[in-house]
Amino acid sequence: MSLDTSQPLKFARQYKLQWEKAQDAWVLLYPEGMVKLTGSAGEILTRIDGERSAQDIIDNLQAAFPGADLQQDVIDFLEHAHDKGWITPV
Amino acid sequence: MTKAGSPLSDTIKPPLWVNAEITYKCPLHCVFCYNPLNYASTFEKELTTEQWLKALREARELGAVQLGISGGEPLMRDDCEEIVAEASKMGYYVNLLTSGIGLTEERIAAFKAGGLDQIQLSFQDSTKEMNDFLSSTRTFDLKRKVARLIKQYDYPMVLNVVLHRLNIDHIEQILQMAEEMEADHVELANSQYYAWALKNREQLMPSREQLEHAEAVCNQFRERLGNKMKLYFVVPDYYQDRPKACMNGWGTVFLNIAPDGLALPCHEARMLPGLEFPNLRDHDVRTIWYESEAFNAYRGDSWMKEPCRSCDEKHKDFGGCRCQAYMLTGDARNADPVCSKSPHHSIVTDQVALAQRAQSTDDDVRPVIIFRDDKNSRAFVDD
Repeated sequence: MSLDTSQPLKFARQYKLQWEKAQDAWVLLYPEGMVKLTGSAGEILTRIDGERSAQDIIDNLQAAFPGADLQQDVIDFLEHAHDKGWITPV
Repeated sequence: MTKAGSPLSDTIKPPLWVNAEITYKCPLHCVFCYNPLNYASTFEKELTTEQWLKALREARELGAVQLGISGGEPLMRDDCEEIVAEASKMGYYVNLLTSGIGLTEERIAAFKAGGLDQIQLSFQDSTKEMNDFLSSTRTFDLKRKVARLIKQYDYPMVLNVVLHRLNIDHIEQILQMAEEMEADHVELANSQYYAWALKNREQLMPSREQLEHAEAVCNQFRERLGNKMKLYFVVPDYYQDRPKACMNGWGTVFLNIAPDGLALPCHEARMLPGLEFPNLRDHDVRTIWYESEAFNAYRGDSWMKEPCRSCDEKHKDFGGCRCQAYMLTGDARNADPVCSKSPHHSIVTDQVALAQRAQSTDDDVRPVIIFRDDKNSRAFVDD
């Protein structure tokens, strides 16, 4: 399912992003489960705030990590997150 | 106690999931209840609010992140809202497991404000109550009211229905009601034969024909409703030939805390002989999780006997359930007899064979069913 990159994104109902000291990682919590996120997945998902669109997130990351071409990787991951039902357009 | 710093303790991962059984008090008398038979002996020894919060804080510091608040009926304690709110502040993802009895609008509003993440509503369900439930407008209205409240407060409607021989043929009516309540998730799990359900096993185990019928009805609903109502159907493990990976392995992720403060690697472990389970009143969670003899007893695989010890599937199912191995074979280190490789497997297949008796002869062979109530429980205290 392809994602409209101009639409603001938010977490789906019941999904919560949280920093876990014990795991030294961002995790995504949902009923009776948890996904431990890689560093780059954490960087992407922490930018989801109900206002930024996929393109805003890419721009924001591009500014934070100049020199890297992130466009396609970020879109691929956001589409994966959307397919998994973690995030949804506002 | 095993000392910390031993090779084993370096490999022990922190608990991730805490189940807080805050009380065994319950207005219901379900014949399949997995609470201990002598649950009534905990009534005078329940942890205080402060003791609960201390234990939850300690587990959270180790890395626990999922929290179930269950019982008994957790709403029987009037500090349930406070425990939920404080746990949520600590950073737990909090799930309340309730029959819905006692869930008023005032209480659900307090839970929402306190940050409760999910509510799982179970059907109270024994023969008489099931019949009442299916026929009585009063009970149905109560359930519908609770279901509406859950929706109104923007929680998904998660319904748990325990299936067994006496209600499984009502599956269509059960699912119709779930649909009317606009359930989002419905878990239809057959009862597992522990505690009260083991006492009533003959009464509760469905026949193969009943299971097939129920699964077929589930599939019809799945086809018609798709993702609108997600259905999970779980057959009794006695019908399998490999055991469940119970608790994902002893002392690996799950910490159960009983109302009296006993720390257990699963809901049932209290009845295993020869192990002294530590109490949260006397020890902190770190000591209990990493150092106690009880939590180390069945970690890893050095405790295993044959056929588990040399089995190439031992890291997949960890030899199954220690409690079931003990209950059915008398030794918790044996393979769970659900496994077809177990020399005790016939104990399980004999029960399954018995369950194939015709429904119509039930009345002649039916043993007395034992309800989970305080009077019956007190009779087990001295056993």
